[in-house]
Amino acid sequence: MEYIDLHAHMVSRTTDDYREMAMSGCVAVTEPAFWAGYDRPGVDAFIDYFNRLTDFEPKRAATYGIAHFTWMCLNPKEAENRELTRQVLEVIPRYLELPTVLGIGEIGLNRVTKNELAGFKDHVDLAMEYEQLIHIHTPHLEDKWKGTKVIVETLAADSRIEPHRVMVDHAEEHSVDMILDNGFWTGLTLYPVTKVSPARAVDVIESRGPERICVAAACDWGESRPLAVPEFIMEMRRRGHPDSLIRRVVYENPIEFLGQSPKFRLPDRERSAVAV
Amino acid sequence: MGSHTGTSPLTQRELIAEYFMEHRVQVLELAAFLDRLDRAREIDADDDFRLRSIRAALDVLVDGDGDRVQRVQMIFSDPRSELLEELDTQSAKGAYDPEA
Repeated sequence: MEYIDLHAHMVSRTTDDYREMAMSGCVAVTEPAFWAGYDRPGVDAFIDYFNRLTDFEPKRAATYGIAHFTWMCLNPKEAENRELTRQVLEVIPRYLELPTVLGIGEIGLNRVTKNELAGFKDHVDLAMEYEQLIHIHTPHLEDKWKGTKVIVETLAADSRIEPHRVMVDHAEEHSVDMILDNGFWTGLTLYPVTKVSPARAVDVIESRGPERICVAAACDWGESRPLAVPEFIMEMRRRGHPDSLIRRVVYENPIEFLGQSPKFRLPDRERSAVAV
Repeated sequence: MGSHTGTSPLTQRELIAEYFMEHRVQVLELAAFLDRLDRAREIDADDDFRLRSIRAALDVLVDGDGDRVQRVQMIFSDPRSELLEELDTQSAKGAYDPEA
């Protein structure tokens, strides 16, 4: 089954991963800017990273017939440094003009500090100024509920925000309702340990329905599964769900959200030269 | 019962037939982990906040009140809404420590 992985940190993955994703049905990925596993030394490191996201990765993905899109930001793990945040915010607009940049993300919170929230609001202002879609990272583990609540309340209080243009990602059972009830899109990221398993993601779809919910691997430099979406597809079938419902979650829903950007286009299968 | 009654397309019999073995092993893994803690060379973390959260979660699993996963998630969660003044640590620990 064809699918779109809406959240995949492919800079951390091998070309073999692209190949296996293509062979398992992946037609497009979107890659939010994120933390490298260590704090970057300065704005030049971000420029190098953004160049890779907008140049090298789309070419690498295209080799296997996968469309690659990206999102720009300074991630919340580095937002404690307000001066660095200001410097990175200054360079982001030049990237927003590029053909594969869909919006601002993944912004959000990490430990839910005052500076993180200030950086989050700065990015929201940038998104509003340049009329961009927003992709949001919610905190991990014990900080999930608290951070999601602060993010949702902050956005709900901002009259400029159109919830249908915002993806609040990394939802789990205790955060998904507050996201959906406020009109936002949400994502279930399929991780082996720290987020949602494919089985629990299916539980969420069964109990809440498929409206405004996507799933993604969020594969990165940590223990993660680039083929997590096919695992979700297999689990949905194991539970007795029809392919029409599965396709809605893994293909049609991402298109509905991402298609709000005029830049989002799927590969033309009649013309693409695929090296698989 | 939970608040989403009837949303699984499979019957209880079908769910057990399909999924019993993989959940049986998860119960055994947890039992073995708790035994391992009992056998530790030194009993030096019996009041650890993470262990306390697992014990509280185990109570939820058997109380029969439903909505288990949401209630267990909240046991592991920081229930506050206040912002931290500054970054204390880069990564979360998996459970909320009310004494930190």
